[in-house]
Formats: sequence, structure tokens, C-alpha cells
Amino acid sequence: MPPSMTKSSANKQINGDVCHRTSNGKTSSRRNGFVKNHCLFQQPQQKSRRPSENDHVVRNASLYNKAFVEQFEETPLLVAVLTYVGYGILTIFGYLRDFLRHWGMEKCHVAREREEQKDFVPLYQDFENFYTRNLYMRIRDNWNRPICSVPGAKMDLLERASKDYNWTFQHTGKVVKDVINMGSYNYLGFAENTGRCADAATESTHEYGVGVGSTRYEMGNLDLHEDLEQLVARFLGVESSMAFGMGFATNSMNIPALAGKGCLILSDELNHASLVLGARLSGSIIRVFKHNNMVSLEKLLRDAIVHGQPRTRRPWKKILILVEGIYSMEGSIVRLPEVIALKERYKAFLYLDEAHSIGALGPRGGGVVDYFGLDPKDVDIMMGTFTKSFGAAGGYIGGKRELIDYLRSHSHSAIYATSMSPPVSQQIITSMKIIMGEDGTTLGGVRLRQLSENTTYFRRKLREMGFIIYGNDDSPVVPMMLYMPAKIGAFGREMLKRNIGTVVVGFPATPIIESRARFCVSAAHTRDILDTALEAISEVGDVLQLKYSRHQRRPHLPSSLGSWSSEESLLQEPNHVKPSVM
Amino acid sequence: RLHCDNQWCWAPAYHLVLEGILILWIIRLLFSKTYKLQERSDLTEKEKEDLIEEWQPEPLVPLMSKDHPSLNYDIVTGPPSHKIIVNGKECINFASFNFLGFLDNERVKQKALTSLRRYGVGTCGPRGFYGTFDVHLELEDRLAKFMKTEEAIIYSYGFATIASAIPAYSKRGDIVFVDEAACFSIQKGLQASRSFIKYFKHNDMEDLERLLKEQEIEDQRNPRKARVTRRFIVVEGLYINTADVCPLPDLVKLKYKYKVRIFLEESMSFGVLGEHGRGVTEHFGVNIDDIDLISANMENAVASIGGFCCGRSFVIDHQRLSGQGYCFSASLPPMLAAAAIEALNIMEEDPEIFTILREKCKHVHKALQEIPGVKVVGEAYAPALHLQLERSSGSRDTDVRMLRSIVDYCLERQIALTLARYLDKEERFLPPPS
Repeated sequence: MPPSMTKSSANKQINGDVCHRTSNGKTSSRRNGFVKNHCLFQQPQQKSRRPSENDHVVRNASLYNKAFVEQFEETPLLVAVLTYVGYGILTIFGYLRDFLRHWGMEKCHVAREREEQKDFVPLYQDFENFYTRNLYMRIRDNWNRPICSVPGAKMDLLERASKDYNWTFQHTGKVVKDVINMGSYNYLGFAENTGRCADAATESTHEYGVGVGSTRYEMGNLDLHEDLEQLVARFLGVESSMAFGMGFATNSMNIPALAGKGCLILSDELNHASLVLGARLSGSIIRVFKHNNMVSLEKLLRDAIVHGQPRTRRPWKKILILVEGIYSMEGSIVRLPEVIALKERYKAFLYLDEAHSIGALGPRGGGVVDYFGLDPKDVDIMMGTFTKSFGAAGGYIGGKRELIDYLRSHSHSAIYATSMSPPVSQQIITSMKIIMGEDGTTLGGVRLRQLSENTTYFRRKLREMGFIIYGNDDSPVVPMMLYMPAKIGAFGREMLKRNIGTVVVGFPATPIIESRARFCVSAAHTRDILDTALEAISEVGDVLQLKYSRHQRRPHLPSSLGSWSSEESLLQEPNHVKPSVM
Repeated sequence: RLHCDNQWCWAPAYHLVLEGILILWIIRLLFSKTYKLQERSDLTEKEKEDLIEEWQPEPLVPLMSKDHPSLNYDIVTGPPSHKIIVNGKECINFASFNFLGFLDNERVKQKALTSLRRYGVGTCGPRGFYGTFDVHLELEDRLAKFMKTEEAIIYSYGFATIASAIPAYSKRGDIVFVDEAACFSIQKGLQASRSFIKYFKHNDMEDLERLLKEQEIEDQRNPRKARVTRRFIVVEGLYINTADVCPLPDLVKLKYKYKVRIFLEESMSFGVLGEHGRGVTEHFGVNIDDIDLISANMENAVASIGGFCCGRSFVIDHQRLSGQGYCFSASLPPMLAAAAIEALNIMEEDPEIFTILREKCKHVHKALQEIPGVKVVGEAYAPALHLQLERSSGSRDTDVRMLRSIVDYCLERQIALTLARYLDKEERFLPPPS
């Protein structure tokens, strides 16, 4: 069964945490409304290690060299019931409105089919668009907000108004200035129109022009692309790499080149649409394991190898595990040491999609591999995008030389798709050099530290206020739960009134009752900006009653100087003691 | 039933017996062994461990020979415009898709730079989450006005445009009639859509009509299913693989006769055909509303990056929520959108360039006819032509090597040509080497 974007159940089976493990490996009992704390250590601040429990290779706590704290608080029961009631009411009203529209009692704003084509088979089924017509339309003004400035820490929005309840929008002509941007993926603050990156991009536009006009294989391979690929390989610590023009297309065009018929793809439940599409286009069998759940993954691996292909029982040609570095809707980080241990044991191949984590995690900005202090050679295929932390566009794949050579000749993108635009490539080269520190300044290190501090501060403050925040404590993606459909629209609008631009997500990107607001912390945010935002969020949270968390965390006592202590920053050099792998 | 203790004997006897049997059956089912079909294995743990130890996967990628041509791309230094420096040699560029010569146009560059100074390079987000810039809205507006349709939608990558558009409309169970010479991105879009695909011979309207008639007979056998099965024809304006044009008026006639919708892919013909460069609909004088969806990429004539779809709002608006390459991917960098707007400006101001382009194409086409040993494949006014060997040696590899030597010979004499590249194993109908 191919994986889909939505999770079918609201229950999250995170793997049995080490703290509460009993001899037969059952997870701790669920208590409704309390936090299922999946920390590997009793106190998150302590960096000591527990003695390794050697039941199973995956639950070896000594694989991690620092605390791995992820929390997914349970939905409070009352809130869940009310959310379902809310959706029920909306559905009833939806049917009523459809009925009225059908019988002409209400003006129909939906675009219509041509007169000449009235007797063609209808292009859309009515029920397909039920959700769009009746629920999405009501709160449509929270998405697709047009901006007219750099998407940095503050941006300018074009004001829109709607006279017919969001069916059409008109631009009033006014510009809302200096809206705090908590929605763009600008982790290291490279979305800027001044500075070294912009100057370099200007130069390269003068020299090369804007377009390329040909594919990589034919006449589109510029020397700039070769430089870029060598730089990316150095940055990641791999032998060789290849760059593509679009991040989404990198996945959907290269997974089919690596896996085919007779292969097995094990994909995480919450993988991105591009990974799902790539897996489907490859023609392999796809099996889904529960989100970040190593027990589930191991079980699938064992079953697959022992039983072989379905029906014919032939052995699999290869097994490919697809995971992401940071999952953008949950804010969780993949348990990479355990995945690598599993992959070594069962001889599978690992495809790591670092779309959100490259540049955003790790002391040197090297992504999850750097964050856990692991060897990049353990990951077979490292994929990532340049859109988020580098302020450009495009994607890359890094790995061994044989892999990249194979992709150069067999990737769909190299042969049929245009190569990257020169100024975009130059932007990546400059920003990557800044992050690595090769340009001679310490700007990269400063930004990496700033991002890490901002993340810790923001998450801590939100938890103290009493919101339910999902995900790992170190991930700059911060999802805050809203649950009820009306609050999705209300939250977005109220925040905009206070001049803060946020992103809200609902069904179908998330399970139906777990709609959320998602904040993306950036290195460009100063402490003042974060404080303003936090104040506004708290205000709105009180107005809309969003502070659902039952787990009150003690506020961190500030040190005497009022600045944050050095333990706040989780940016640290990897331990010299190498984690032992069983 | 058994409401109160003192009333249970009021229930009829057979009722009690039946209930009793049911309860016993349920108890039996609860305690019987359950097993999933998959795990019906009698293997012991040790045997499983052995199997796991023994299993050896194939290597991730097969070994490539060191002198495979794809490992040595031609390196271009400097701008890829009319005079191009390939592998250190300056050549006249006959290999890039720079049909209107906008790649080194100063106006386009200036506009891109203005946009860079205002917005930076990247958009840092998809269209739904603060990735929509006013430049994007303006470009969509301009494209819709230029093509005289209601609405247009932009994608950030040319390949992804038609590959996301087709699966947004055609789902499992629908039927798509597509030309054999369709390009690779169309094939990927069709594969992602999981519909029934029926190929008809290249530009052969009789073959298409035969397939449509067969489908009609099928429909009459099962009218209920036919009422919900959508039907599409996917064709290209100027085919990239064969450089000839599709017979659009005949297609429109077939459309109304058999009630199928037409999707037209105009990557090569946008900005080339037609009096004002509007593509193959203008070339044939067909009403643009007759075509349900026109898709094109902006990487050929418009010399930018990205792609767009245009058509009526009824059709295009759907892609804003269900086009995968639109919703789940970052938006087009604003400087590239600004470059495209400026290119459109130039196209609108100066319709003479299309006539000039066509004259030059005809000139080159005529001159190439006179070369012995190679045949020219393509229409006289197509800007991208294929040169195939007149007599094939029988083996594809030898043909490719011969053509490669032709390309090298031309490079020596400072003319840049290129071999047409295909993925040999993935193409449905592999075109002959050219």
C-alpha cells in the first residue's frame, strides 16, 4: 500500500522508551493527557549515559552522545471531542450550502464548465471538492498571502480584501509593513538582498545571464555547476555530489533511478510528498513504518528478508530506507544512530532527505549527521535542498563516487531537465562558503549559534506558557497544536492583526483533528523580535484558549545578568568519546 | 431481552438458546489462535537469523565503465549564449534552446538584477506559506493576457509542469490517449497518474480515431462506468523528439465528436509559432478556449527557468490545491520571474522577431537538405531539428558513435552541436539516435 500524506490514526506509537522498558519490551502504560516523555535520560540536562541495555541493537542508548528529547503530548480528550463536533457541524452546513447552491437559492461562485462542453464527463467529482468548497474556502485568507519584500525576519505583505467571503480577493493597494515573519524557511537568514551573497549573484548574472537553455548532459553544464558540486561534496564530507534545479524533482527523479522492480522501499509514515511520489514512480514495493519508530522498522526489515518478495518468495534485490532529517509537520528529528545501526545489521541502504535539517542542525551546519556526530560515509545517499538554509533553490544528492557517476548518466534530471540558473548557483556557493567559514569571516558560526539559541529560547518559552508543542527540543521547526477548525482561521487572522505572519496547517497535510500552527525560527530573528512574537502568541493563546498543555514546566530562572546561560546553547563540539555501536 | 432478573423467563425459549449459542461461539473465537497470513511461517528464530545473515543485496548502483560518455560532460565556461565556449573552444551555439536570443539580452538581465536587489535570490517557502510574491502574481496575469486565457499558474521547474498537471486531473480509472513521440516529462506525468494509457501512432489521426471508436464501443457496454471515466488526449505543439507539429484542427474535431479533453504541451512552440508567438493555436487559428489546458516551460524561448499552465479558471484553479509540484515545492525565485516578464514585454513589443526566426529556420532547413548521408527530421519552421543518419548501421551504439564523431568534428570547426540524449531503458518508444 503506498504511503499517503495523512496519518490514519491519531495515536502515535513512538518506540518503547528506554527509561520505562520492562523485560519483555512492552511500552509504558498510557495515561491520558500526560506527556509521553521519550527522553533517553531521566533529566534532559544531564549528559550522562545510562548503562546500555543490550536486549536489542536498536534500543542502545549509548548510540546517542547527547540527550534526545522529543515530546508529542496526547490530545486532551475534551478537546478531541469538541474538534470532532466542530467538524461535524461544518460538514452539515457544507451539505446544506451545497443543497442551496444546487437548487439555485445561493449564488454559486465556483467556476463553471463551458457551455459547449456541458455534456462531457465532468472534470471533477462533487465529493472530491467538498472539503475545498466548504471548509477550506472559509479560512482561505490565511494562505497564499502575497509579499513584496525580502522574506527575511520582517516582511511586507500586500493587503487583500474579500467581499464575497474568500471566493475572490482584491488587492486594496496598501502594503502592511514590517510584519514579523514566522513562516518562511529562512533558518540561517540568507534571504537578504544586500551583502556578499547578493553581490556575488549580481556578478554572476552579469557574466552568465539568467537562463541556461539546455540540459546538463547536452550543453547546459557550466563550470559554475562543477564548482558547486565540488563545494557541496566538501561541505557534506562525502566523495562527490550532484546538484539539480528543484528540490521536489530531485526526489521524484532520482529514487526511480536507484530502486526498481524487485526492490523494497521502507518509507516513514510522514514522509514528504516528493519522497512518496519518487517511491511510487520507481515501481518497487513500498512498505510504511510508523513514524520514527525503530521497532516497527526492524520488524519490517526482518520480515522482508526472511520472507522475500510477496508471492514469489524470491530474495529482494535491495532494500532502501527513506527517512527525513527533520519532519516539517512534526518537528521531530530522525533517530539516525539507530537507523544506521539497523541498516548495517540488515544490509539495507539509507536515503536521507535533509531538506529542513541541512544548515539548521549541527555545530557546523552539516545537518543531522553533524548533529549526532556520525560519519557521513554511513549514510548511502544524502539528499537535501538549497531552498531553506541557503536562500536559493534546487536540490543535491551526495554520496560515493560510483553512486554519483551512476546518477550522472541515469538520472532523469540530468538528461531531460534544464540545469540550475547561474545566479542561483552562485548564491549557494557564496552562502555555503560563509557557513563553512571559508570566506574569512565568522559570520557562519555566528549565525549557526544564533539559530540554536533562538530555537532553544523560543521552544522553552512556548512550553512555559502552556502550549502543546510537538517535536524535538533542537529542531527549529516548532509546531503548536490548535486542534479545532475554527481556531485555525482565528489564529492566523489574530496574529496578522498584531503584525505577525504565521503559518497554519490543517487537513490534509495533518490528521484531521491535529491542525497546528507552525513557526520557523530563523537566525535573522533577534531576541526582541522573538519577544514581541511570544507576547502576541501568548495574548492570542489566552483569547482563543489554546494553552492546552497539562504538563507545566518550571520557568527557567534567569541568571543574575539576565542573559541566557551557556548551557542554553546546544551547539557544542561532538564528544570525543565515540558512541559504541553494537 | 434480559432486562430485569425477575423477567428473564418471559423471553421465549428458542431466543435464549440462540443467544447462548452465539455467546459460546464468540468465546470460542476469542480464544482460538489467530495468525496473519504473511507470518504463517514455521521458521525458528535460528533459521530466521541464518536467512538474515545469508541474504546479500545487489550493490546500490551497478558499476559504470570509466569512459562512459555521460561521465564527461562538455563544460561550458562563460555565458551560454550565441557564442559559447565549450571545453575551452569558442563556438557558434547551435545546441541551446535559445530561440529568441534572450539569454544575453541586456534588458532581461537588468530587470533580473533590479528584482534581485529588491527580493534577494530565493523565496524560502512554497506558494502557500509566504512564497507568493507580487512578481509571481504579475507574471501569471501577464501570461494569461498574452495567451488570451482566463488564468495561468506558474511552476518553478519546467520538467515538473506537465508532470504535475496531468496527475492533478487524470486519476486511476481515467483514460489518456497520448502520442507515441511524447516527451519524457509527459510520460512521467502519466505514470504518476495511474490511468489507462493508450498510445496512438505519431500524428496519425486515423489511429487515434480507431482507438476512440474502440473506447466508444466499450462505453456502450458499460454506460454507468463510462459516465464517470474522464478522457484526455495529450499532445505536444511542436514535438521535441521529432520536430513536427500536431494536426490541431483535426484534434479539435475529434474532441467534440468523442467528448475528450485536450491537453496541449507547448514547450517548443511557445514563442515560436503563430503571428504573435502564442503557439500552435495561433498558428492554426484555433480558438484557444477549445483547448482545455496549455502547458509550456519557460526555458526555451523565454530564456528563464520554470513553466506555466494556462487555460480557463475552471481548469487551472484546481491545480492550486492539487498540483504536486506547485503545493509542495518552493516557488520560482523572483528574479527569474522578473526576467520572464521582461521577455514577455519584448515579445509583445516586437512581433517581428517571430517572423525573423521562422525565416532563419527555413533557411537553415533548406541548406541542411543538401547534405548527403544525413537526413533532416522536422518541419521547415521548427527551430530545433534532428539530423539522423540516412542509412543506419543496424546497431544503435555504432550509430551513436558515428553521430558523436560528427559532433566532435563540428566542435573542432567551432560549431556547437549536441547529441540528443535519451534514457535508453526508460523511454517508452525510443527515438532513433540523432
